[in-house]
Amino acid sequence: MQVSMTVNGRQVTADVEPRTLLVHFIREQLRLTGTHVGCETGYCGACTIHLDGQPIKSCTMFAVQADGASITTIEGLASNGQLHPVQEGFWERHGLQCGFCTPGMIMAAAALLEQNDHPSEQEIRHGIEGNLCRCTGYHNIVRAVEYAGARMRGEEPSPPDWEAQ
Amino acid sequence: MTMTTSALGGVVRRREDPALIQGKGKFVDDVAPMGTLHVAFARSPYAHAKITSIDTGAAEKADGVEAVYTHRDVEHLGLLLAQAPVGKLRPLLADGVVKHFGEAVAMVVAENAYLARDAADLIEVDYEPLPAVVDLRKSHSDEVKVHDDLDSNIVISWEAGPWGDEEGIAKTKETIEEAKTRDDTVTVTVEARNQKLIPVPIEPRSVLAEWNHGYQRFDIHSSTQIPHALAGAIARTFGLPSNQVRVIAPEVGGGFGCKLNIYNDEVLVAFAAQQLGQPVKWTETRREAPGSTIQGRGWEGTATITGTEDGEILGYELHAIADMGAYTQNFTIAIPFLGLFVGSGQYKFPTHWKVDCVHTHTMTTDAYRGAGRPESAYYLERAVDAFAREIGVDPAEVRKKNYIEKFDTAVTSPIGFAMDSGDYAMALDKLLELADYEALKTERDNARAEGRLLGIGLATYVEVCGFGPSGLSELGFSWSEYGVPAGFHGSGLVRVNPDASVTVIIGTGPSGQGHETTWAQIVSDRLGIPMDRIRVIHGDTAESPTGIGTFGSRSAAVDGTATYLAADRVREKAAAIAAHLLEASPDDIEFDGEGGHVAGSPDSKVAWGDIATAAYMPYKLPEDMEGGLESRVVFDPSNATWPFGAHLAMVEVDADTGDVKLLRYVTVDDCGNVINPMIVAGQVHGGVAQGIGQAMFEDSIYDENGNCLTGSLLDYLLPTADDLPFFELHHTVTPTDVNPMGVKGIGEAGTIGSAQTIVNAVVDALEPLGVKHVDMPVRPKRVWAAMQEARG
Repeated sequence: MQVSMTVNGRQVTADVEPRTLLVHFIREQLRLTGTHVGCETGYCGACTIHLDGQPIKSCTMFAVQADGASITTIEGLASNGQLHPVQEGFWERHGLQCGFCTPGMIMAAAALLEQNDHPSEQEIRHGIEGNLCRCTGYHNIVRAVEYAGARMRGEEPSPPDWEAQ
Repeated sequence: MTMTTSALGGVVRRREDPALIQGKGKFVDDVAPMGTLHVAFARSPYAHAKITSIDTGAAEKADGVEAVYTHRDVEHLGLLLAQAPVGKLRPLLADGVVKHFGEAVAMVVAENAYLARDAADLIEVDYEPLPAVVDLRKSHSDEVKVHDDLDSNIVISWEAGPWGDEEGIAKTKETIEEAKTRDDTVTVTVEARNQKLIPVPIEPRSVLAEWNHGYQRFDIHSSTQIPHALAGAIARTFGLPSNQVRVIAPEVGGGFGCKLNIYNDEVLVAFAAQQLGQPVKWTETRREAPGSTIQGRGWEGTATITGTEDGEILGYELHAIADMGAYTQNFTIAIPFLGLFVGSGQYKFPTHWKVDCVHTHTMTTDAYRGAGRPESAYYLERAVDAFAREIGVDPAEVRKKNYIEKFDTAVTSPIGFAMDSGDYAMALDKLLELADYEALKTERDNARAEGRLLGIGLATYVEVCGFGPSGLSELGFSWSEYGVPAGFHGSGLVRVNPDASVTVIIGTGPSGQGHETTWAQIVSDRLGIPMDRIRVIHGDTAESPTGIGTFGSRSAAVDGTATYLAADRVREKAAAIAAHLLEASPDDIEFDGEGGHVAGSPDSKVAWGDIATAAYMPYKLPEDMEGGLESRVVFDPSNATWPFGAHLAMVEVDADTGDVKLLRYVTVDDCGNVINPMIVAGQVHGGVAQGIGQAMFEDSIYDENGNCLTGSLLDYLLPTADDLPFFELHHTVTPTDVNPMGVKGIGEAGTIGSAQTIVNAVVDALEPLGVKHVDMPVRPKRVWAAMQEARG
């Protein structure tokens, strides 16, 4: 079947088997390998992308279901060579270690901040609980999202924990 | 010759991150050469069954299928190699009988992963189910044998008190028995399970093999922590010299020990690539992982403490059974042995420690973050805590009363190993002060008065890590017979290029620990060359010096030291070159980011670029000096390192539902000197979260017939961001003298200290009800049942 969609601002049209998962279409046909597969059951969130502005888990959709949609993947998050504040936050606050969950986690966090530009700690934790990380214990991920929120509000982020402690 | 810059000890943002946060990190499954074929496995639905027939006909004819293989096709390759080859080793594909749920029976290679899966589902296997043994005590009694050709399910027993001293063990047992008979002593026993865990790195394992028939050589990408060992195993299996196998471990998406293994799928994918002359890839699905990737822990044990009523402990005994699974793999049988090293923990009391390792009809166990040491520390610290409660003395006081006193040079623990340095009371005191223990106790007691169940848990640990010395490979059993690599050493290569950039190549296999950043700090510290001029390469056996890989919190202490020493040698040579160019003495040369100069004469200087250029234009060098400016060091430490620490948790248990909420988690860890505090903090966070995961959520469950009941992430619970608080981290610094940087290791410390801290807190919370123990994971149902039982 033929599908057309906008991916990171670029129009793409391709033939896909009806059973092709959206994540496999993105990774294998479009060769955008920043979106990862961690569980194929929609639980780990490594495959999180934005579809028409909403965060979705791309392993739980067929590519054909995304026909006509506008998609942003991790590769399309930075603009004009500028990191998205969430990306910057993850770098500044050591929000990643192995980096495998990171693209999905960043996409989930960016969507959270779109909806709520000043989330509390608990709102951040609740907002990213659909994304699993095995390396960080989430501590620095939450700090990274706090950092990004501050940046997006034009405020100075709090100093990092390793300076405070 | 002195240094004028220091990069050690500073926070440096990770150089790994820009790629990873923009989706540009390259993991194995992202590598897709032209014409890559894909693998799917047919796996056993039974824990123990005879295979009466396998019909691969339909699969072979299926759309897109290139080949289907069963045991007969790969029998000539032998069993899966292991570095500690004791017990029943794994056949590459099931050999007439399956021994655990998920065991690979047949392999399909097809055009794409979807077609491979379709075809694998067409393979018809007739099974004749046989009795299975899952329960460790049943296995221990040999009621049901896992392997008919072995005398017993017991593979090996690890016993110490102290290690390697039969007479000493007998005497220790006698001493403890005597103590039990004294009128003024109390004996407390904790029977506990340290449940099996599924490691779950978020990146599933993946392997891609290419065979070049012309050169007779393999190129293999694998998500492994041990690229050189994998190259060695593939070479040996296929009868090649190891330099004909190139293993590349690109970005590895978490390992936690489960990628510290040689897997049958790695060998099988290489085999298929060789047979078919095309690249072949297998990427694990999460659902098959419980049968394709090793699991961790899996102990049942009884811990007994005898001591006086005022808190002096006179003896500790641990008798446990450890689950090896159906087959042993790389370090399977050695994992409990790592627990033995720290069997007596931070304490001075006599210890008798015995763990019997048994086969069961379940997935193989092997290294999972902490690997033997969390299990060992769990039993010890549960027992010490239970003893303190029994005699009614504060658990902190009991611990301090029984600690080995502060030491700067090696002392031998009761279990029989020389520990490098420690100040255990200092760490605990700091924890109690910074967490404000007294105030927490008041808060808990006030809550209790209101009927709320608040609990404070304490636990302290000593870890052994940073292995070597390499001679350890001769200890107790032979893993050196495996050959490649032979013993625990570290390696590092430092090369100053003609443009004065630096290439550092190391033998580690990181999976998120930030080695590229940390190693740049080390080399920059030694040479004075700015970090942005230093590139660190790892994980490619064609380029890097032979290394043992990244596990056991060893990389900084061992490979980091090798690199540190290599950089020093490069600096010495650079000083000799600079001295020659400046007509000065090498002893008078100092370095900074610009280059070398004569001490006291800053104008008498030569730039790094000129030193480097001269090194590659040997006519500019002193007579008798070889060209080039590089060094490679193989470092063999005189001892492992022994980090330690103290953890505190505060929990609240819902009196109606048994739900446990973690309110605070405070740590004091001592890993010696710190190279990058940011990275160290991250390691503690992740380690603690995995210990909390075991304590509160995770459980690899098999039913009595050996069916895996936790095959997806819906059934196998991992902690989410919503389950955890911010962690409060503190440190003490007690350097080691076994390496020049004084670093010990921090990758596993958090995990080793945390599970028992949580359980101790839950037991403290339930103390008003009289609950003395709750097994992990402390999920609501289990806690509720314990409360109901206690309430009668």
